[in-house]
Amino acid sequence: MNMRTFIFSVVLTCLTPSMSWAVLPDEMLKDAHLEQRARELSSELRCMVCQNQSIDDSMAPLARDLRLLVRERLLAGDSDDQIRLFLVARYGDFILLNPPLKFSTLLLWFGPFSVLLLGFLVIWLRSRKYTQIMRPDELSELEQAKMSELLSEGQ
Amino acid sequence: MYVEIGHFALNLALALAIYQAIVPLWGAYKRDYALMTIAPSVAVVQFLCVLMSFMALTYAHVSSDFSVVNVIENSHSTKPLIYKISGVWGSHEGSMLLWVLILEIFSALLVFVGRDIPLLLKSTSLAVQSWITAAFLIFILTTSNPFARVISPPMEGQDLNPVLQDPGLAIHPPLLYMGYVGFSMAFSFAAAALINGNVNASWARYVRPWILCAWIFLTLGIAMGSYWAYYTLGWGGFWFWDPVENASLMPWLAGTALLHSVIVMEKREALKIWTLFLAILAFSLSLLGTFLVRSGVLTSVHAFANDPSRGIFILLILIFFIGGSLILFALRAPMLKSGGLFAPVSREGLIVINNLILSAACATVLIGTLYPLALEALTGEKISVGAPFFNITLIPLFIPIFIFMPIAQIMPWKRGNLISIAQRLLFAYGVGVFVIALAALIRGQPLFVPIAMGLAVYLIIGSCFDVYERLMRANSLQSLVQRALWMPLSVYGTSLAHIGVGVTLFGLAATAWGVEQNITLRAGDQVDLGPYHILVQAPLTRSGPNFDELILPIDLRDGARVIAHLEPARRSFKTRQMQTTEAGIYTINFGQIYISLADENAAGGYDARLYWKPFVTFIWIGALIMACGGCLSFADRRGRVALTQKLKSEANVSAEIAL
Repeated sequence: MNMRTFIFSVVLTCLTPSMSWAVLPDEMLKDAHLEQRARELSSELRCMVCQNQSIDDSMAPLARDLRLLVRERLLAGDSDDQIRLFLVARYGDFILLNPPLKFSTLLLWFGPFSVLLLGFLVIWLRSRKYTQIMRPDELSELEQAKMSELLSEGQ
Repeated sequence: MYVEIGHFALNLALALAIYQAIVPLWGAYKRDYALMTIAPSVAVVQFLCVLMSFMALTYAHVSSDFSVVNVIENSHSTKPLIYKISGVWGSHEGSMLLWVLILEIFSALLVFVGRDIPLLLKSTSLAVQSWITAAFLIFILTTSNPFARVISPPMEGQDLNPVLQDPGLAIHPPLLYMGYVGFSMAFSFAAAALINGNVNASWARYVRPWILCAWIFLTLGIAMGSYWAYYTLGWGGFWFWDPVENASLMPWLAGTALLHSVIVMEKREALKIWTLFLAILAFSLSLLGTFLVRSGVLTSVHAFANDPSRGIFILLILIFFIGGSLILFALRAPMLKSGGLFAPVSREGLIVINNLILSAACATVLIGTLYPLALEALTGEKISVGAPFFNITLIPLFIPIFIFMPIAQIMPWKRGNLISIAQRLLFAYGVGVFVIALAALIRGQPLFVPIAMGLAVYLIIGSCFDVYERLMRANSLQSLVQRALWMPLSVYGTSLAHIGVGVTLFGLAATAWGVEQNITLRAGDQVDLGPYHILVQAPLTRSGPNFDELILPIDLRDGARVIAHLEPARRSFKTRQMQTTEAGIYTINFGQIYISLADENAAGGYDARLYWKPFVTFIWIGALIMACGGCLSFADRRGRVALTQKLKSEANVSAEIAL
């Protein structure tokens, strides 16, 4: 298949590359509660050969292997965190769709927040300026004298 | 021959674009009327050239001319006509040509529609528009020529990717591009304002329809793309936080902020500098989206063989336009006079908050999309940023927007009282709380569903409040009708667009109430699915024009009554040896039954995913309502025309005084 067209199709249509078929019935665990946990975990784990797809959504063979692995660990009694740590030790942070907070992701996690904060700061400064314009300083002595003069003229 | 004519027309368009990029600008600088007046006519000829070029490519596709590389790679003689036409933009080269064609359409429209726009502004904008056209034409002609021929034409083409052989391809890219490229008008107007050093309320009045137009198309394009992904991808997802989707969401967020700030500028002459900045930003993000999609940087993880020269070329275009416009902005913006004052609590104030949050959301999407690329390039460290990140960061950002939307609609300009406004909306809060309680009673888990539903209903009712209050001032039926007829369309438009947001929010919230079944189906099986159940029939095969399909017919039942017949299928395309999934979908009460098949498994059954998705259609209906609201505002020319006339008469008066 023509690679350029393939990439194009992926890209133009906002579609992810594979034709979509993920968790197969034969993979599922009998225990509904464990299966639910498996699904939730899978949706946060990246299929590493796909473009931004979770292993829950991907039909790549690697995704299937990972799904089976997650279920195996669940059956062995691991907690969600243990499974995540296990996978990160094997595949690195790349596998987590929700990137961990650490030095190299500081900007990622706090960038949006700082934009918001900066914006509020600017607005706050501006609104202070507004209050100053609306409530000007008290009149100077000269102005006071002039005003009383004008007022007395009026009478 | 016609292919060469198309190619020639494209070259001619480039020459004209370069001419137009320079001469009117020089005219504007020298205030030379004659040089400026060439802009409109050249723009029209340029449009005709690109149109001719586009028609030539379309004809090559429709007539299956396999001497053209682009047609060989993306077409097949048995492909249905609609896909032969839409296949024109189903390839990289063709879609770039469509991009430029739409750019030209907008330029030409400016000439025909914008008759009352002052020549200085119009010719400068057209010149800036031509800079963009020229850059992309050079890109097409040097790196992505759609008219390249082969010496010995093959008998048959390689067909279009089956995923793209869908009516969605005929609609989605043109809509999306109309949106993306539409923001070029805002960009060109902003650049023109900065170049000429003149920006005022009438500028906002001239540019607003273009922003609105781009926004409507982008809204429809995104919604359409989302629905297309939903029904073809087969697992019922409608938004994947894929970088390509994010690329379209960013201009939408910036564009929505721009749409609001330009209103403040038009009505109150405030936020001038900020509005100019947003106008530049919205189009810069469109360019960034084009870069991300076209350059292949996103797919680099797959090590796909992509042409790196294209990526670098678009990157250069990106740097030139974003960098150039920001430098222009930095030089000229401080010289602009700031306009009307307003108190923090006022409609302007709330729109500022809206702009702030939308910008922060836009920054979040931008950072989330580019961070992994930047980090990998700088340190080699690989991380993933996916749906969980965006959900955690964006949902809290949007909640205040939803709460403030109805409030902002009835907040007075300049200065208002938050408490008295909030009191007027008591009814909407009440209904919202009632819905929360009701939804929690129906199904308490997960907790965010009832809350989001309540918020959505509050938003829908609160958005009607402005219209309601205006109508209630009537004291007789006659005056009620009169008021309804005479109310500015933009008031209805705002309400409708905001209602659309509420409807979409409701649909999104309800997805958590969906039912999913992941099972193997055999003929004769009965399966419960939400409030309905299905009966599986014997599988059958059928042939389409360029594919074979395997169908598993399924009866959908409500009790004993058959309410629908679904045909989920797997299609095999011969030429490309690819398979696609055709989901069986049936809509009931705004919800959908969704069945998608995998291949026949070893045991002779069919693995299938079955869904009952209550209220899921609200997601896209809401987007349609938003777009309708936009159209109503767009149609509201009354206020605009009256104001333009007023400005003109003012200008006449001042001219008389000057004399």
